[in-house]
Amino acid sequence: MSEEATAISGEQIASAISEEVVITFNDVNKWYGEFHVLKDINLSVRKGERIVVCGPSGSGKSTLIRCINRLEPHQDGQIVVNGVNLDANIKNIDAIRSDVGMVFQSFNLFPHLTVMENCTLAPMWVKKMPLADAEEIAMKFLERVKIPEQAQKYPGQLSGGQQQRVAIARSLCMNPSIMLFDEPTSALDPEMISEVLEVMVELAATGMTMLCVTHEMAFAKKVADRVIFMDFGEIVEENAPEEFFDNPRVDRTQLFLSQILAH
Amino acid sequence: MASVDSKSGDVIVFTPKAAKPPPPTTVGVIGWLRENLFYSWFSTAVTVGALYLLYILCAALYQWGIADAVWEAESRRQCLDISPHGACWAGVIDWFNGIIYGRYPREEQWRIDLGFILLVLWMAPFWFPRVTGKIGIGITAVVFYPFLAGYLFIGGERGWFMEIMVMLAVTIFITNWLHIILSMLTGRSLQDWVVSMTGFAGKHESLHKYPMLGLQAIILIGVYLWLGSWSLVGVDTNLWGGLFLTLLISGIAIVTALPGGVVLALARRSHMPVIRVFAIAFIELFRSVPLITVLFMAVTMMPLFLPPDFQLNKLVQAIIGVCLFAAAYMAEVVRGGLQAVPNGQYEAAKAMGLTYWKSMNLIILPQALKLMIPNIVSNFIGLLKDTTLVSIIGLYDMLLMLKAIGQNPIWISLHTEPLVFGAVVYFILCFAMSQYSQHLERKLKTTR
Repeated sequence: MSEEATAISGEQIASAISEEVVITFNDVNKWYGEFHVLKDINLSVRKGERIVVCGPSGSGKSTLIRCINRLEPHQDGQIVVNGVNLDANIKNIDAIRSDVGMVFQSFNLFPHLTVMENCTLAPMWVKKMPLADAEEIAMKFLERVKIPEQAQKYPGQLSGGQQQRVAIARSLCMNPSIMLFDEPTSALDPEMISEVLEVMVELAATGMTMLCVTHEMAFAKKVADRVIFMDFGEIVEENAPEEFFDNPRVDRTQLFLSQILAH
Repeated sequence: MASVDSKSGDVIVFTPKAAKPPPPTTVGVIGWLRENLFYSWFSTAVTVGALYLLYILCAALYQWGIADAVWEAESRRQCLDISPHGACWAGVIDWFNGIIYGRYPREEQWRIDLGFILLVLWMAPFWFPRVTGKIGIGITAVVFYPFLAGYLFIGGERGWFMEIMVMLAVTIFITNWLHIILSMLTGRSLQDWVVSMTGFAGKHESLHKYPMLGLQAIILIGVYLWLGSWSLVGVDTNLWGGLFLTLLISGIAIVTALPGGVVLALARRSHMPVIRVFAIAFIELFRSVPLITVLFMAVTMMPLFLPPDFQLNKLVQAIIGVCLFAAAYMAEVVRGGLQAVPNGQYEAAKAMGLTYWKSMNLIILPQALKLMIPNIVSNFIGLLKDTTLVSIIGLYDMLLMLKAIGQNPIWISLHTEPLVFGAVVYFILCFAMSQYSQHLERKLKTTR
């Protein structure tokens, strides 16, 4: 495991899982053209649960979480988020998306807007919040990700780690009930990874429901309630982190873990 | 990097070296000359040779255009008598009014001047840093100014619609300038002032627009009392011409091309098949046909599709043709810009719950249009020059006025000088646009 990740390793933080199920996948299948990306996915996520999804590239893990806010539509099966069934009904989709935050591998900050404007845009235009309130909330979250002093800069003037923290703050400004992370540290220089993971660990401690595609195994050990391993569009194995890392049951998982933990 | 000394076990402290200035011969004017013009004996020879050629060319131009030129003469004959080898600018000067205004009656030409001055005044706040609400001023310029200018240029009877629009335009022009003057002097907007003076300041923000509307209504009544019975002599569009007509046609085409192009580009990327097919058909049709053909079609074919008692004038038909043509071209430029915006931007906007139109207006189009400024402006420049083609369907734009000089018995076969003058005017206009676009690019530059 890389040296930086040790900064966030240590005791697993306490979880606060309630009984309420917020995300359900029922026999979900998805194709890109002819290519079968997701095969019979069944999954349910409870409120406050923190799930780490890992697997080799092309295994469908990003597609899985992108289905939750319907950035990718699925063709078969049922996905229910916060009690709303995701189908072609566009009105439901926008309501779901404003309640599900997403952080991308490539940050996707809006380069023509300042950090502050990035954070206030959605609250103002989706939730119709007045500017002053939106700025107050944005400042609160920028402080939480430890970059309030960068508020008036443009994203291009920040380092990768800072940009990703802004992206997290931007999502939090919408006061989401679920946060999705799509390989949030994969595009970062090694020196920047820990500052982003720290923010994510702090977020996990607040009891946020989180689904996180990542290869940061130290993060998974510390934060995850459940680790899901995917390959060939299927969920190969899912288990609590200590079981998953110490006692993988499927040979494919063992091979994957031996490769990823070898260096 | 801090590393550990293997013998003693002490950490060696790393301090970065101080930055030094570059060697003096590589910077500044001298450095530039050395590096670019005189870096070897060969480059020195080429530089000197090129300077000599430039001198010969400029000297010949100076001799013809200034030293030997005739500035005052009665006719071409007289020009040739005074100086057979010099330029005869007297002809251009004699026709100068026609080149600018076409055959627009002299005593009414102040209306054209006033129209252009009003446009400049309307747009001026864009260059004043302290003025707020610039986008609103821009929108009023696009919506109301054309009616005011249109009436100034055409004149004649006003219908009830024209009456309302002209009065509204004058009212809004006045309130805009009240706002500009107040915010330049005090830094507060007109709305702020009106709200605080009428005692609405304590009330909810959604009510703040009413005192402003009240003020506008009062001004509107004043304007109506002042200008209600005001009227201008009608000037037929057949008499319009010269630089005025060129700027009018290209100005309208430029203003409509951008929004038209944006709508067409979005339609072409739409997921709805009917809209997409319509957009593709429209764009491909107009891009595959030369502008001259479009203009001929507009003048000869369009009346066939319209009811027989519906009279369109030739100028309006030509403007419609040019606008459709320009919009089709602009659509492809904008589409290129939309494709240059990374997919992640679309996804991030979607993931935040922004609707399609909001994400386009707030996220995608600002970035796409900024990327496309050079292409958009070169399109505008092309458009300005393309308007010379309207001369083919008999509209007296600047080019046709310039040609007419040489057909006039007094200035018979005086062709070169008017065309040189026209080239200079076009160069000034196009170069100004190009410079402005570069200024915009620098101003809007943010690091990506």
